[in-house]
Amino acid sequence: MARVVVDVMPKPEILDPQGQAVARALPRLGFAGVRDVRQGKHFELDVDDSVDDETLAKIAEGLLSNPVIEDFVVRRVTS
Amino acid sequence: MTVGVITFPGTLDDEDAARAVRRAGAEAVPLWHGDADLRGVDAVVVPGGFSYGDYLRAGAIARFAPVMTEVIAAAGRGMPVLGICNGFQVLCEAHLLPGAMLRNAGLHFVCRDQRLRVENSATAWTSHYTPGAEIVVPVKNIDGRYTASQSTVDELEAEGRVVFRYVGTNPNGSMNDIAGISDPTGRIVGLMPHPEHAIDALTGPGEDGLGMFRSVLTAVVSA
Repeated sequence: MARVVVDVMPKPEILDPQGQAVARALPRLGFAGVRDVRQGKHFELDVDDSVDDETLAKIAEGLLSNPVIEDFVVRRVTS
Repeated sequence: MTVGVITFPGTLDDEDAARAVRRAGAEAVPLWHGDADLRGVDAVVVPGGFSYGDYLRAGAIARFAPVMTEVIAAAGRGMPVLGICNGFQVLCEAHLLPGAMLRNAGLHFVCRDQRLRVENSATAWTSHYTPGAEIVVPVKNIDGRYTASQSTVDELEAEGRVVFRYVGTNPNGSMNDIAGISDPTGRIVGLMPHPEHAIDALTGPGEDGLGMFRSVLTAVVSA
């Protein structure tokens, strides 16, 4: 059994109005100096040892992200 | 002449889509997301709503429903398919149409009567409109910002595959004011606004949407 983390983020060129709204809220709460916020998704998968990296990439690319608008990073955090 | 209307868990507009099909003069056939069966229909409407709660991304889970496997296969054989709103998102996730829909640029759920220009009246779903016609149909969504790579948008524009464009206000920040597109054959069309809500002045802004459902009857008969 392994814990796998998949982070999915909007591509850099894609407008992220949700992240912008968070960034605009921070000064109102008294937090200065945050220039930009991008909002994405974080998945934690508990997978059997039989699940290889190639399969994880297919899961990330085929379902967890939409490659038209998002990039993903797959990390094994424990094994 | 039968037109299937799919119901997913969370679909809202299947009843209105079926009513539009009947008003246009065809028989509406309900199709269930869990059945790998199109019941012999001549065309399919994938209606709007929030299939599977829009979990993960709008349309991302619906794409894998058993009925969608059949829709993808039938679309490959030339059967006309129309995706409205969430249905458009489903067709994009299923790779029947290019691009994706993102959260509206203004972050608000937008619900209003929207003016559109019919940019391509040669598709299976728009032949009853005159080229360049302006129509008014409701738009209602929060994830309606059409987005694709610049090269994809350039290709859509060059090939006349931008079928509908927002006129006046762009309600969601869609690239090039794109409201609807088609596949290269013009048999598969997706749009964010709701023509099925504009088939009767009693229940909508007018009858401008009915032409889409009449068009597909012509397309099927002449196929």
